[in-house]
Amino acid sequence: MIESFNEKQDAIIADFQVFDDWMDKYEMIIDLGKEIQGITVDKRKDEQLIDGCQSRVWLKAEIDNKRMSFSADSDAIITKGIIALLIAVYNGEKPETIVKEDLYFIDQIGLQNHLSPTRANGLLEMVKRMKLEALKHV
Amino acid sequence: MKGKSKYMEGIRSQFPLLNKKVHGKPLVYFDNAATTQKPQKVIDRISTYYSSENSNIHRGVHHLSQVATQDYEDARIRIKNYIGAAKENEIIFTKGTTDGINLIATSLGELMNKGDEVLISAMEHHSNIVPWQLLAERKGITMRVIPIHKDGTLDIETFDGMLNEKTKLVSITHISNTLGTINPIETIIKKAHRAGAKVLIDGAQSIQHGEVNVADLNCDFFVFSGHKIFGPTGIGVLYGKESLLDRMPPYQGGGDMIQRVSFDQTSYNELPFKFEAGTPNIVGGIALGTALEFMESIDTKQAFAHEKELLAYAEKELLKIENLKIYGTSKNKTSLVSFNVGTIHPFDIGTLLDKQGIAVRTGHHCTQPLMDFFSIPGTIRASFSLYNNKEEVDLFIHALKKAISVLS
Repeated sequence: MIESFNEKQDAIIADFQVFDDWMDKYEMIIDLGKEIQGITVDKRKDEQLIDGCQSRVWLKAEIDNKRMSFSADSDAIITKGIIALLIAVYNGEKPETIVKEDLYFIDQIGLQNHLSPTRANGLLEMVKRMKLEALKHV
Repeated sequence: MKGKSKYMEGIRSQFPLLNKKVHGKPLVYFDNAATTQKPQKVIDRISTYYSSENSNIHRGVHHLSQVATQDYEDARIRIKNYIGAAKENEIIFTKGTTDGINLIATSLGELMNKGDEVLISAMEHHSNIVPWQLLAERKGITMRVIPIHKDGTLDIETFDGMLNEKTKLVSITHISNTLGTINPIETIIKKAHRAGAKVLIDGAQSIQHGEVNVADLNCDFFVFSGHKIFGPTGIGVLYGKESLLDRMPPYQGGGDMIQRVSFDQTSYNELPFKFEAGTPNIVGGIALGTALEFMESIDTKQAFAHEKELLAYAEKELLKIENLKIYGTSKNKTSLVSFNVGTIHPFDIGTLLDKQGIAVRTGHHCTQPLMDFFSIPGTIRASFSLYNNKEEVDLFIHALKKAISVLS
């Protein structure tokens, strides 16, 4: 049984609720960043690059059987860990869901500043691009 | 030793923001190369201006306007004295260092021709690169780059060979914002003058950390930002030699910079107003004066020595960390240290330092060509000011070690 979009978000929020200390939250993010497959350096393409002022992000989007599938990578491990969370939530969703549904877990776990324009780590642009890629199939 | 530190703690106590907590941890503010915190007297001056003096300057016959004009012009005189300029009409108020460089590139640039050369260095901030690239597009001048050595010092020998009859201007930073290198500007100015070129010094990083005397230096232009010497943002200074400023055309048109306007012809105001179109940042100018008053009120010799001690202590402690590499190892260096740890991305370390209350800068520091030179995406930069102390360096080192252990 595939979890719904919001169920996936709620599960992440619950996972993070056990931590009081910020360093522990980041340790989990870093572990996620290490685990996710990403896009190996030799497979990265220029058109996939999102050049943030602080860190760089590569994003690849595909659609298979009307479901979106993303892979992404970053040169910074914290950025990559947050990418892992975003991908966990968006992968396997219908394009319509990605375009329409509210992405609230980032705020709830206190990572909203990573998706602010001032952070300049490429994540804000990445979410925009994920939605745009989904929009192509709506 | 104790008395000395007590004196420095007395200075620190004048900066209210330093008592702040960030993410529940005491703030350690090591981003002083980006901007400095403000002493209470600067904060009070801004408040007093708006609560009892606010009015427009240089034109009102009424009392308030006269008071504000007087205070603004007094600030100009204080700045003139502080940097050792000959005349107050050589002090142009700007928005900051970037604005000052753009003013010169635009105005002095009008007097340049195709084929003329402007020399900059490989360690310049983007603010001292892009205005010359724009001028190159506009006027066909050539921007040439003085290379640097791996230790972050300027390649003076190559510089010697680059000077020629086409060199119209050498525009160079006094201190590198990324590496901390203090450039030998006295030598550079002499050599450039011998070749018939003018010299613009970007003093954004130096104004806070040492005595600057434009007369002794004999530079043609010197620019700096108020917020980097304990003053407000949005105000800066361009010093220029009167003879040069007189020859240069206005930068922007508008109020204050004119003498007489008709639809056929406009005549321009005299210096410094020729370069100050529109209502200026009045309170900024006044409060910058107060910031310099603060600098004059302290024993700067002791303060600057204290900054150097902090740098030496921080570098000593940093180098004990495995795989830590410092970028910029010039013997003559200001109180900032740029580094990376192994292959860990600077953004990751910066993020984890922030969560522990440590404010440093990470990234390319607006010097992307310099990052390309070292083949790195960026660095972590800790920059110290006179109000920082050794205990803060200890907190920083402790937090850094924790960040590294989490990231390894």
